[in-house]
Amino acid sequence: MKSDGLRLGTWLLLGPALLWLLLLIVLPHVDMLLVSLRQRTGFGQYQTSTVHYLAFFTEPLYWRTFMRTAVMSILATILTLVIAFPVAWYIAKMVRGRVRSLLFMACLVPFWVSELVRTYGWMILLRETGVVSGFLQWTGLASGSVEMLYNDVAVMVGLVYASMLFMVVPLVTTLDSLDDCLIEAAYDLGGNGWSVLREIVIPFAMPGIVSGCIVVFMLSLGNYLTPVLLGGKGSMWFTEQIFTQFIVRFNWEQGAAFGVLLLVLSSLIVWLGLKLTRQSFTEVMR
Amino acid sequence: MIPTLPRSNGVRVGFVAYVMLFFAYLAAPLVIVGLFAFNDSRFPALPWNGFTWDWFFASGPERTGVFHDRAVLRSIATSAWVAGFVTFFSVLFATLNAFLFERHQFPGKNLLYICMLLPLVIPGVILGISILVFASGIANRADALLNLELDFLRPGLVLVVLGQFAFLTTIATLIISARLRKFDRSLEEAALNLGATPVVAIFTITLPYLRPALVGAALVCFLMSFENFNTTLMLVGSDAPLTITLFSRLREGATPLLNAVSLLLMLGSSLLALVSIAFQRKT
Repeated sequence: MKSDGLRLGTWLLLGPALLWLLLLIVLPHVDMLLVSLRQRTGFGQYQTSTVHYLAFFTEPLYWRTFMRTAVMSILATILTLVIAFPVAWYIAKMVRGRVRSLLFMACLVPFWVSELVRTYGWMILLRETGVVSGFLQWTGLASGSVEMLYNDVAVMVGLVYASMLFMVVPLVTTLDSLDDCLIEAAYDLGGNGWSVLREIVIPFAMPGIVSGCIVVFMLSLGNYLTPVLLGGKGSMWFTEQIFTQFIVRFNWEQGAAFGVLLLVLSSLIVWLGLKLTRQSFTEVMR
Repeated sequence: MIPTLPRSNGVRVGFVAYVMLFFAYLAAPLVIVGLFAFNDSRFPALPWNGFTWDWFFASGPERTGVFHDRAVLRSIATSAWVAGFVTFFSVLFATLNAFLFERHQFPGKNLLYICMLLPLVIPGVILGISILVFASGIANRADALLNLELDFLRPGLVLVVLGQFAFLTTIATLIISARLRKFDRSLEEAALNLGATPVVAIFTITLPYLRPALVGAALVCFLMSFENFNTTLMLVGSDAPLTITLFSRLREGATPLLNAVSLLLMLGSSLLALVSIAFQRKT
């Protein structure tokens, strides 16, 4: 199986890969772009136009929803990082052996459960007749029932929860490979907790931080269930807008334009993140 | 903040408390969903009215348990079918991809590798609508030009399978490639020296070596397909998989029936998790 056989093998293996990527990934997205650039002029008649992109910029509701989705997703990413980092540190550095693998598994467990079930759990916890409200009344912190669902905080709690795993795992993996001697040396040389964190730990953990942030950001941006179920009517999430255009209004051209915009936004922010921290896409995704 | 360094007790206690709080946060919604499956009330909410099995076994008409709810049972079967197909095709394609990317050199390999990773960064909703648009476009053209009615390209289970397959293949490829990378090729060469053909060598030496990764990838695919919502939502037709059924029930107004289904789902996935752990340990 030297040159000739290998060539044949390569071709045979390329077939399925190309089929999959072209038919299900590349062409559908190209088609979505084309559909977003056409306007319906009559039954089955279309002309090229950018009217659906113009609608996005002229209709305040659309770009406000867009900006809101982006800002909330960035906020959710930062929050997830801040919450996950100490936990990842604890798992990677403070515990050993069985406790450690147990804690690591405990981080994974919620994500074996459907996103729908998790979000439903938060609904039961936060709603007016829910558990948190009941607990507050029981402790006397609140006099009547408290509605905690259908606001931005609820959405944020859900978003952070939904993507926690994808931050904890890369952080644990990178922090794990950080040699304790480096930290000890930094302390010996007169560093304190904060400067060691800033000068040694964070630069070292950067690959993990970046890959975690990228995945969390993408997941938040593309999340549909959390904003719809926890945010209620006023949640204004961009994926919701896409769903409305496609399924409710049957305006596929507008929906496709929104899809392209969301894709551009996410690629842009991911690209910026990679550039700022000088990482490469294939490395981060590994 | 590592064990070898001295630090005050206050900091240590604070840190442990924080970690415990974190795990309480992780567990809270799951525990609550499970508990309220047994609440003897029409709503999955407080107050607690006592323990009941009604939401699993009651046969109606007042209350219908999971095992008597036709629509839910049917959607579970639908989900299982979809997940079965998706798993089979994803693992098959992923195995071929793993060999392609780990063993072969060809022009444009890096570009193709990046394309292969793309589904990880495409939001599920977008993947869903792009496949919907593309498939409908083909179906419309076939209808207009050739007078062909290609029903399988309209929203329905075939598209759901394709949509989930599109991104799960990437995940399966990553899992299988990781194991193939560790394979010692001299084992294969030994088989070739002993007279095996390349195909026989792969089937008797390489694939058995890959088995843990293949099983792991299959479990992950099955589970993620079963629980997928975003991509499925955009491609679904009249036969609803479980998550879609649950979602529409949730919007109509939740009953503890949903908790019971959720609990069963959780038990199912923990079972799969245990199987995968047991399997990894054995090999």
